[in-house]
Amino acid sequence: MMMRPAGEAELAELIREATGPLRIVGGGTRAIGAVAGEVLETGGLAGVSLYEPGALTLVAGAGTPLSEVEALFAGERQRFAFEVPDLRGLLGRGGEPTLGGMVAVNASGPRRVQVGACRDALLGVRFVDGRGVVIKNGGRVMKNVTGYDLVKLMAGSWGTLGVLSEVSLKVQAVPEAEATLCAEMAVGPAVAAMSQALGLPYDLTGAAWCGGEVRLRVEGMPGSVAYRTGAISAQLGGDWRVVSGDESAALWRKVRDVEPLQGMTGPLWRVSVKASDAPFVLEGLDGAAMLDWGGGLVWYCGPGDVRGRVAALGGHATLLRGEGVTFQPEAPAVAALSAGLRGQFDPRGILNHGLMEA
Amino acid sequence: MDMPIPSSTVLNNKARIVSRLAAILPADAVIADPAATRAYECDALAAYRCAPMAVVLPRSTAEVAAVLKLCHEMGVPVVPRGSGTSLAGGAMPTADCVVLGISRMTAVLETDYPNRFVRVEAGRTNLAVTGAVEAEGFFYAPDPSSQLACAIAGNIAMNSGGAHCLKYGVTTNNLLGVTMVQMDGTVVQFGGAHMDAGGLDLLGLVCGSEGQLGVVTEATLRILPKPEGARPMLVGFGSSEVAGACVSDIIKAGIVPVAIEFMDRMLIEVCEDFAHAGYPDCEALLIIEVEGSDAEIDEQLAAITAIAQRHDPVELRQSQSEAEAKRIWLGRKSAFSAIGKISDYMCLDGTIPVSSLPFVLRRIGELGAEHGLRVGNVFHAGDGNMHPLILYDANKPGDLEVCEALGAAILKLCVEVGGCLTGEHGVGIEKRDLMGVQFTATDMEAQMRVKDVFDPAWLLNPAKVFPLESSAGRRAG
Repeated sequence: MMMRPAGEAELAELIREATGPLRIVGGGTRAIGAVAGEVLETGGLAGVSLYEPGALTLVAGAGTPLSEVEALFAGERQRFAFEVPDLRGLLGRGGEPTLGGMVAVNASGPRRVQVGACRDALLGVRFVDGRGVVIKNGGRVMKNVTGYDLVKLMAGSWGTLGVLSEVSLKVQAVPEAEATLCAEMAVGPAVAAMSQALGLPYDLTGAAWCGGEVRLRVEGMPGSVAYRTGAISAQLGGDWRVVSGDESAALWRKVRDVEPLQGMTGPLWRVSVKASDAPFVLEGLDGAAMLDWGGGLVWYCGPGDVRGRVAALGGHATLLRGEGVTFQPEAPAVAALSAGLRGQFDPRGILNHGLMEA
Repeated sequence: MDMPIPSSTVLNNKARIVSRLAAILPADAVIADPAATRAYECDALAAYRCAPMAVVLPRSTAEVAAVLKLCHEMGVPVVPRGSGTSLAGGAMPTADCVVLGISRMTAVLETDYPNRFVRVEAGRTNLAVTGAVEAEGFFYAPDPSSQLACAIAGNIAMNSGGAHCLKYGVTTNNLLGVTMVQMDGTVVQFGGAHMDAGGLDLLGLVCGSEGQLGVVTEATLRILPKPEGARPMLVGFGSSEVAGACVSDIIKAGIVPVAIEFMDRMLIEVCEDFAHAGYPDCEALLIIEVEGSDAEIDEQLAAITAIAQRHDPVELRQSQSEAEAKRIWLGRKSAFSAIGKISDYMCLDGTIPVSSLPFVLRRIGELGAEHGLRVGNVFHAGDGNMHPLILYDANKPGDLEVCEALGAAILKLCVEVGGCLTGEHGVGIEKRDLMGVQFTATDMEAQMRVKDVFDPAWLLNPAKVFPLESSAGRRAG
């Protein structure tokens, strides 16, 4: 049987009265790891309650489909700055991505390297914790340091602390122009080139290595984009192909959705490391790889002791597919704090139980 | 403003506590002489003062851990202190506490330009972080007005912002990792040189927790390449409402200035007297700064000018020289000290949705008139972070109380329109008793449960953030 609460009050009641573990599902497009329990689906918690383009603010139910919000944004030439990845192709899933799922996994695409992640654009949350208590934190304004930042804590908590019922997010106006510089390179020189470009004063909004090609993106007013593409290729040297407008946007959708690794089988890793460590993560591995965030985000599909390497380098690796522990084990003192927080917010251990623990 | 009654058990035990601290720290790191502890009796919220029982000034994470372990064992409250520039009383001591100041921990531990981060000891000042990397063309973006003096530790505790965070974000958006000591002496690390948190975002949780979850001793900070150039422009308007509408139009147009600062007539006049920046004679002034090459700046300012002209500006002027740009910013950055020269004042920090600016400015004027006090407005208009300055006379009996009542009324107004009590200064003791305006008891309970996990005995900065009656069952005192 599946639970599908029609509103926040019903959600709270269902959780209060739950007698066993619950598996929290938004659109089901990003779920990883094995979670046992009755399915609690959030699609009933849908609807945009506030969209103020002049204040760059959106407030909506957690079950609201991402596509609905994007259609709304299109009319105002706005977007989520953090460029939400669509992982259906990579993970072989159907379903409709929801705002709640996006927040729960802190889903962030190529522009994260410049504007921050989903968690940085998340202004406020309402959620129901594992006791069935409705909790509000943050709000709808851009700067808010009133009380503890449970907003950040909820982003990327994978439904283990509470079930999101409403989220408020900052949106961004779409710039007039964009262009991408492309050049084929091996992984080592690619990371060095991306690092050099990101160290220039040109506000790169993307730096990826995709299909053996380095891609560097600038966005802004048309004169500025033309100036910056010229300045970057001159300072980096070498042959750079410049792609503009829709063609540039299409390149970045492929990076965002990790296209080079779609349709493959075998262990699938998402690794967050210091950018200059990316070549060491991949050294001697013979699977397929793609880099984003200047090298700070490594996607890898294939065999090898990725987690061991990351533990030695610093950072963390998430196993999206394959045999093994899903999340990077934490240092004992940090794990104790995480367990303590779960104990406070979900004392019965019923929300996506065990998903984040090693 | 009430504080808990100091614990007589702790006070009676002072000699033993101080001698045990002296045994684990170098001789010059423990201050217990009442004449010397007086220097730590307040922070920048100087209306409230209380000398601590003792002060410790450790030089390393290991010394911080030893102090906290000892205080934990002996049940002594600890108030962490960066540079003591909090406007909210975040570092105000209690009589039974040990102030743990980290002003001696200022070293740069690692600079990494290819990966664009710097790792520093948390007592280092904000501006000195930029100072450590600017020779290579980099800077640290968050820029609170007190950046010359304020410590990174305090910036992290309060999640500080600044004038330029419209483009670059606040502290939490520029913080990659911390080393933190828990109240029981356990040393933990959250984040690092990589971008995302692995498990739960404990780094995001600690940033802005006002020194109640742990003492941050080291920080890994994102640094950015310095823009090629920057230029401010001034736009004067006949009314605050029109200025507010212009701000909203600029933001909606997709232009991202690094800063949009707003001043009303009172502040324009006071700051002009102070800085002689050539501010126009008008009701409301916007300072809008953009960055890039000369041609890029021209392109952006032309677009902003076109928008501003639709709002019938009284004056519209681009800065013509480096010196003029400096004076324009000197006026704005000196706003608080310029006001301080003419009157006692209280500075508020509520944030509102940008769309509510005109209404809120009008209501603040009305509330000021009702309370018989003048209110000036200077703030970060791009993100709705207001800084109403209430002028009062500290020597006039009852004036501070009227000022506090007016301040509370203005902050309630901010919450009513969908905003919050504090955008970048923090709650501290100043807004502690107003938390119930923004949060239900349940919302506050959820936050206090977080402190229960990090500091079960509630010894770390315990009388702050939450109304005393809410935290009474948890605090020892």
